[in-house]
Amino acid sequence: MNSLIQRLNATLGADMAGPLFALVAVLVIFGIGADNFFSAATFGSVAFQLPELGLLTLAMLLPLLTGGINLAVTFTANLAGLAAAWVLQAHGGADASGGAFALAAVAALATGGLAGMMTGVLIAYTRAHPILVTLSMMIFLRGLGEFLTRGGDVSGFPAFIATIGHGSLLGLPVPLLIFLACVGLWHLLLTRFKLGFGLLMIGSNIEAARYSGLDTRRILVLVYTLSGLMCAVAGLIMLARFNSVRVGHGESYLLITVLAAFLGGINPFGGFGRVLPVFVALIVLQLLSSGLNLMGANQHLATALWGVLMVVVMAARTISTSFAKSRKKT
Amino acid sequence: MASEPPLLSLRNINVTFGGVRALKGVSFEVRPGEVHCLAGENGCGKSTLIKVITGVYRPEAGAELWFDGKPVAAMTPTLAQSLGIQVIWQDLALFGEMTVAENIGFQHAVNGRFGLVNRHAVQAAAERALAKLGVTLDLHMPLKELPIAQRQIVAIARALVGEARLVFMDEPTASLTQSETDYLIEIVRTLSASGVAVVFVSHRLAEVLEISDRMTVLRDGELVGVFPVEGLTQSRVTELMTGRNFDNAVIASDHDDQPVVLSVRNLSRHREFENISFDLRRGETLGITGLLGAGRTELALTLFGMKPAHSGGIEIEGRPVRFASNRDAIREGVAYLSEDRLSLGLNQPQSIADNLVMASLDRILSGGLISLTRKADVVRRWIAALGVKIGTPDDPIRTLSGGNQQRVAIAKWLATDPRILILDAPTVGVDVGARAGIFDIVRKLSAEGLSIILISDEPPEVYFNADRIIHMVEGRIRAIYDPRRMSLTDLEAAVYA
Repeated sequence: MNSLIQRLNATLGADMAGPLFALVAVLVIFGIGADNFFSAATFGSVAFQLPELGLLTLAMLLPLLTGGINLAVTFTANLAGLAAAWVLQAHGGADASGGAFALAAVAALATGGLAGMMTGVLIAYTRAHPILVTLSMMIFLRGLGEFLTRGGDVSGFPAFIATIGHGSLLGLPVPLLIFLACVGLWHLLLTRFKLGFGLLMIGSNIEAARYSGLDTRRILVLVYTLSGLMCAVAGLIMLARFNSVRVGHGESYLLITVLAAFLGGINPFGGFGRVLPVFVALIVLQLLSSGLNLMGANQHLATALWGVLMVVVMAARTISTSFAKSRKKT
Repeated sequence: MASEPPLLSLRNINVTFGGVRALKGVSFEVRPGEVHCLAGENGCGKSTLIKVITGVYRPEAGAELWFDGKPVAAMTPTLAQSLGIQVIWQDLALFGEMTVAENIGFQHAVNGRFGLVNRHAVQAAAERALAKLGVTLDLHMPLKELPIAQRQIVAIARALVGEARLVFMDEPTASLTQSETDYLIEIVRTLSASGVAVVFVSHRLAEVLEISDRMTVLRDGELVGVFPVEGLTQSRVTELMTGRNFDNAVIASDHDDQPVVLSVRNLSRHREFENISFDLRRGETLGITGLLGAGRTELALTLFGMKPAHSGGIEIEGRPVRFASNRDAIREGVAYLSEDRLSLGLNQPQSIADNLVMASLDRILSGGLISLTRKADVVRRWIAALGVKIGTPDDPIRTLSGGNQQRVAIAKWLATDPRILILDAPTVGVDVGARAGIFDIVRKLSAEGLSIILISDEPPEVYFNADRIIHMVEGRIRAIYDPRRMSLTDLEAAVYA
């Protein structure tokens, strides 16, 4: 058993152990406890719900790895969605063309990227704590969005946009495909790009990174810009799924994204973490909530259980590390 | 005096950190009221020994510790304090915003009844402590307004508040001028005359020989011996501390026929250094020495593009250069090994491999992406070339010994293919044995044509490893020496004057 675990650790990485264990546990518990858990309906609902939380988690991931945080992810997504909605409305609303949608997507990405870049510049050049900067940004974006929409919905989009939110391609939901592409991109970024290397180095010691010639300010600006761009993708998916944009949509996801990242083995102080364990952790969270839903449990109970799961995983991680240490000594 | 029983006595002290034995079977003894010197090079175990005595570290089984003739089973910081053992660390650990009285009596302040501060008790305690030293200071003066030497007095006075019987002073004179040092020596004599034993840790051999009764020498975690100071000379002490005897040849040679690689002209930076000019030729090793605060590191950081010069110029191979950041400097072939390996030189939690390629990422790109095979190749090549002893390249670099970490740090810079390598205190926290290995690498590199600036506050290091030596004092060049035309003692006398 031990050698099996070691082999798995060697191929998948030690940080994969926690999320995989949780995944197996969730599958076993619901497989026994809930009727019809292993059904197309369950996995369909997971596949459609996963991308929103998942994309926002990817947006949160990069700042966390630098030892920072981006508290503005959900409202950046909303604002980017708003920008897209206005472009669509200005080009005929329900009759808008595919070209208008392309323009809308660009407007969303520009909005998200700009919001992220502003955050990054503030953090890189003032050295203010990311919590303070992104908290200010979050409040600013929320206020701005609510002012512009008067707190209401913006809706009335062409029908083909619903396909993006609910349609399937090759048997897989379109939002899921977009999410998987983003996961792959982020994985590549962290393992093969100079930026990914640099942001991890910054996460564990920014001064040592600077002394080695890394452009730490540029890296920070890019990290928050990319975070903002990823928020924009999330904002577009939300627009397509709800067929409307509303400031405050997905607000409750904010802290769940942090939870998912930590569940995926991200070092809370930055510098260490990979995308794949976070991806598995996201699936676990989504399965948990779908499974409970299937058993007829209250949605709020699912949220409570997410918290419990987090505590259990943290405790298990501490115990296994001290176990590994004591084995090494003898 | 010799017949008096010791105040403190330790036997068979062993301490191991992560496989490295910091102390090996060391014994140590202090008599009441004596001034005892604890000598040894950086990393020889002095600080570890002090931390064992004050209960910060627990020695391995078999250790014996006696205080005042009674065995102490397990020393703890609280017990050490109540026995009257005090340490004044080099950084003093005082509170700049608080007054002299508060700094001295703060333990009384914290221990007041109901958690309240008793101002009168604090003041009275401070007065008593200063009286013991025969010193008067303005008790209400905020500490940050005092000169360093007087802050030192405050730190000593604070140690005396708790009825000290044994006081350790860690490099107390490192940042003092000569007259301030004389003043401190007077204070130590007063203290010793009143029956308090003082253990002095210092690099400055002249003052150690002047003030101490006996000397314990440690080398590489082992006890070399205990010696009466009378009759010891500085060169004998150096020999005891390093285990090398310094008929060790000077390697200096002329490089006048080689092209000038780096030319520095009238370089100045406010409050840090002024009017620095020198040439560095191909394959030459230029030593820079001087006391703490001489502006050595600041000068190095300017050459490395991290601190802009306010006037003067830098030329590399005849071209004037202006560095907006260290990235420009690295591009021009300048590399800088930081004096602070723990927080600036290396990214301690990250892997050996990542640390090694951190400064030369552009060289392992392939189609814009990091090539994992090229990265592995570079890492393997440098680990082998510099003889770094590692488990796997994925281990965190903090798991390596100081000497091996320093080799990786050097490799990191060699991987950038530099023309000029600045080594700032490359042997800090490196075992004596491993130091020789580092200097072997330095010599090999300079033989291959690399120009090196070697910064050290230990005169022997530059004396035996540099072709020329710049002596800096308070931000200016005091003199440029040729090690072939002076003795080590002359150099030490000049530096510590």
